[in-house]
Formats: sequence, C-alpha cells, structure tokens
Amino acid sequence: MRILRVRPARLSLHAFLILTSLVWLVPVVWALYTALRPYADTAKHGYVSVGGSYGVKNFTDAWSQADMMHFFVNTIVITIPALLITLAFASMAAFVIARFRWRYNVALLVLFTAGNLLPQQAIITPLFRIYTNVKLPNWLSDSGELYDSTLGLILIHVAFQTGFCVFVMSNYMKTIPIEISEAAVVDGASVFRQYWQLTLPLCRPVLAALATLEFTWIYNDFYWATALISTGDKRPITAALANLQGEFFTNNNLVAAGSLLVAVPTLIVFFALQRHFIAGLTLGSSKG
Amino acid sequence: MSKKKRGNLRLLTGPDKAVLTAMAGIPALLTTALIWVPALGSIVLSFSKWNGIGGFDQIQWIGGKNYYNVTHGYPPFTPAWHHNLIWFAVFVLIPAPLGLYLATQLDKRIAGSRLYQNIFFLPVVLSLALVGFMVELIYAPEQGLINNLTGHTKPGNLVDWIGDPHLNLFAVLTLAVWRQTGYVMILWLAGLKAVDPALREAAALDGASEWQTFRRVVQPALRPVTIVVTVITVVETLRAFDIVYVVNRGKNGLELLSTLITDNIVGEAIRVGFGSALASILLVVSLLVIVPYLVVTFRKED
Repeated sequence: MRILRVRPARLSLHAFLILTSLVWLVPVVWALYTALRPYADTAKHGYVSVGGSYGVKNFTDAWSQADMMHFFVNTIVITIPALLITLAFASMAAFVIARFRWRYNVALLVLFTAGNLLPQQAIITPLFRIYTNVKLPNWLSDSGELYDSTLGLILIHVAFQTGFCVFVMSNYMKTIPIEISEAAVVDGASVFRQYWQLTLPLCRPVLAALATLEFTWIYNDFYWATALISTGDKRPITAALANLQGEFFTNNNLVAAGSLLVAVPTLIVFFALQRHFIAGLTLGSSKG
Repeated sequence: MSKKKRGNLRLLTGPDKAVLTAMAGIPALLTTALIWVPALGSIVLSFSKWNGIGGFDQIQWIGGKNYYNVTHGYPPFTPAWHHNLIWFAVFVLIPAPLGLYLATQLDKRIAGSRLYQNIFFLPVVLSLALVGFMVELIYAPEQGLINNLTGHTKPGNLVDWIGDPHLNLFAVLTLAVWRQTGYVMILWLAGLKAVDPALREAAALDGASEWQTFRRVVQPALRPVTIVVTVITVVETLRAFDIVYVVNRGKNGLELLSTLITDNIVGEAIRVGFGSALASILLVVSLLVIVPYLVVTFRKED
C-alpha cells in the first residue's frame, strides 16, 4: 500500500467536501426517512421525530396504488424511442456541421441550439393547435391526431432535445482529427460510411454522456406530458404521481415513497453510464 | 485552421450530397415544424385577441395593445421580472462559482472524488415531482424540517417559508441552487479535464502558486466553458418554472414570467393574445442572449 502524504490543506479540503456532501444529501435522506415511516407514526409524533416502526410498506403501497407498473411502461415507450431518435438525428446533423464546410453551418447551429434553449411556455399555444390539427391513422395514434398520442410526445422530445445534442456533439466531433476522414475519402468511402463506421464509434463517450443527460430530461419531463397528453392513462410516470395525492388528504409518506421509486431508473442510468460522463461532455477539448 | 481542412462540398458526388442534405435536413425540418413555427406563431398571436378555443376566424387583430397592457395594466408583471432578475443574480452568485470551486477541487485526483461528484450531481437526476415535494417536507410551517430544527413551530414564532411572500422565493431558490450547482459543476469539470496537464505542470515547476496557476493557465483555457455556463445560467433563469409551479403555481411572491404565461394560456380566463405577448417577451430576451453567443462562437471557428 502506498503511504499517503497527508497535508493539512488536503485535510481541510476533505472536511469541506464531506460537510458540503452531507448538506447536499439532507433533502434526499430526509425524504427517504419519511418514506420509511408509517403515516400513523408521523401523525402521532410529528415528522421530525424518532420512533414508531420503519419499513417499506409505503413503497409497496405506492407501487400498487398508483399502478406504477403501467406508468413505468408508458414512460419506457416514450423515453427509449425519443432518446434513440434524438441521438441518431443529433449525431447526423452534428456530423454534417462539424465535418463539412458549407454556407448554412452557423444558421443550422442557431436553429438547433436556440430551439432547445427556448422556454417551453413560449411555444405551447401554437404547438397545441398544430397537434390537434395533424390527423393520424389509428395504428399510429388511437386519438386520431398528434395530440394525446405517444407519438406526439416522442416527436416534441426529439425536436426539443436534438438541439442540445447537436451542440455538444458537433463540438466533440471537431476534436476528432480530420485526417481520419480524409484517409477514408481517398479510399472512396461514402459520406454515410464516414459517419457510421468512422465517426460514430469515436463518439462513444459523448453518446454515453448525452444518453445519461437526455434520459434524465426526457424521463423527468412533466410539462409536455401534461400539456400534450389529455388521457391520464397514457401519461408517463412523472405525471402519474398525482394519483397518489388525495383530493382532501395527502399521505406525505406515501408520496415520498412514490417519488423516490420514480427516481430509481434515472439513478441506475446515471451510475451505469457515469464512467463516460465527464469525458463525453468535454466541450472543445484541447488534450483529447 | 479548419478552413482548409474541413470537407469541401464541391468535391462530393451527387449521392453523397443527397445523403448529407437528408442527414441535416430531416432533423432541421422537425425542429422547424415543432419549435420555430410555433415560436413564430406566438409572436403573431401576441398582436391578437383570442380565447384560443374557437376557430382562427375569431381572432381579432389589435396591434400592440397586448404589450401596452402587459407593461401598464398587469400588476404581476413587475414582480415577475424582478423575480427572474433575482433568480439570475442568485444563479450567478452561488451555483456558478460554487460549481467551479467544487469542480477544481474534484479535478485534483483526491480520494473519494467520484463519490463527491456523484453526491453533488444527484439532485440533477431527481424529478421535479420529488424536488417540489421536498419543499413541503423541508419548509412546512409546523411539520417541516427547518422549523423543527430551529424551534419555530409554536403559533407565535412560526416561520411560514412558503406562505410568506418575502421568504418563499428564497426558500424555493435554495432548492433550485441545490440542483443547478451539480449541473454547472459537471460542465466546469468537463472543461477542466480538457486543460492540458503539461501546462499546469510547467506552471508549478516555475513556482506559480495554486491561485496563479488557476488565473493564468486554467481560466483562459476555461473560456469556452465559461460562455456555456453563462448561457445556461441565463436560459435556466428564463425557463425556471417547475419548482415554483409545483409549490403554489407561481402565486403570492413566486411569480415568474413563465408562470404568468401559463396562467394566461391555460388558466381560468384564457387570453391567448395576452399570454403570447408575455411569451414573445421571454422569447426575444432568450434570443438576444442565445443568438449572439452562437454566432460569435461559430464565426470564430469558421
């Protein structure tokens, strides 16, 4: 084992980081603590108290009462296609922008990036009109239109999120040496092969980073889900949490358990992909 | 430098050009149809009076009257943009520098760096439903964590963190900062990883102090990320909506431009034209920040 040289500066740094981490964890730990207690106990002793029983009953109750399985499936059906299409579209557009010099590069980047940065509220009224006026066959949408359909929700996520991904990916692709493509051009590789076989494999870190972030954003979306889906049954899990809130009385412990359950998939994805996370986000790196 | 090196379109064959056009064109078309057309629509509607339910023939065109009414006859407007400004100031003063400080420390290959990083990033992956709910658990007057820890639970000395319009903005901002810091920290950290370690070693060999190295070597290298963080700070300020909306729908001290828009276009009295005027103001402010940034960033390279 290496002998660590402990300097006072390092020690105080760790003290600071540990303290800040503890403060950072307070809200989550507090929600977890509340979720582990039966409502009867917190009603009797107050929320800020110790005692009574602890258990996972709130979690199992929330799972069955909110019909979480059903809504998790809804979320998966929305999030996975939206994520894949977003990454596919963004990597293609970024490839064109980063690899080829043409007149519309800056315009395209503004179109994508600024589109993602616009506040959602600023476009919702006309968007709603478009959605109710686009008619679809029944096999695509059981409501017969883009509004109140899973497809509509997927499309708005793709349109909105592609911008951010184009921005990050085009920055990343510019750090890949151009010589790689040049050699391929000399060999007569088509544009699509340059993209699919040469550029994309090198983009694995940035794809992992974006997959993490985008999964979180699409998964946690609440705004589009409530504005563009009117049938409660079709909504994703975030909007379904409302099922746990009673009309006159809300069991906070139950809601805490439910909201923590909802957070589990994002945590899993984050921990699974975090190794690539920082490397992939590197914006305009100079050391590669 | 990229001028000569990047692919030149004129050298491409016909099929290749078609593929390229489709690769950029299809995503661009979707974004245009679902983002930019509605955005333009909002601007057009801001000159109208419309209840949003009837057909387009019921739209009355009233010129700039909505804008006059927003600024002269709509009491929540002033507090709302004040709150947006406060939100921005807080985001500039706390998450941005704190995120940078944490990132600089975590970049030093210290023990447990990964763990700290995960903890600080944790709030970013949590859903708004959970964060909004935490507001309740932490700030509720009688049952909340803070009042219980500080002994403010008696009727005489209750602190109503959410109900008091002088306090609630800062109570909510605390949790907003909690989320934003982790987000910004990751961006800074990504930027720091891109700083050439050889430069830092050279500075250290020359006897530069940690602060001097940071100012002279690290900071200039961080300039691109600094711009990204600045833009994201502005954008997150203008987009701020979720937490406030979950807490009390943006009333009583928590008004923001975004909640006013929602009030007017989906609220009890639907005033699409008026709401669109508010939306257009938000839109223009956003674009004023975003477009110059993008143009400057990309002109420089081309």
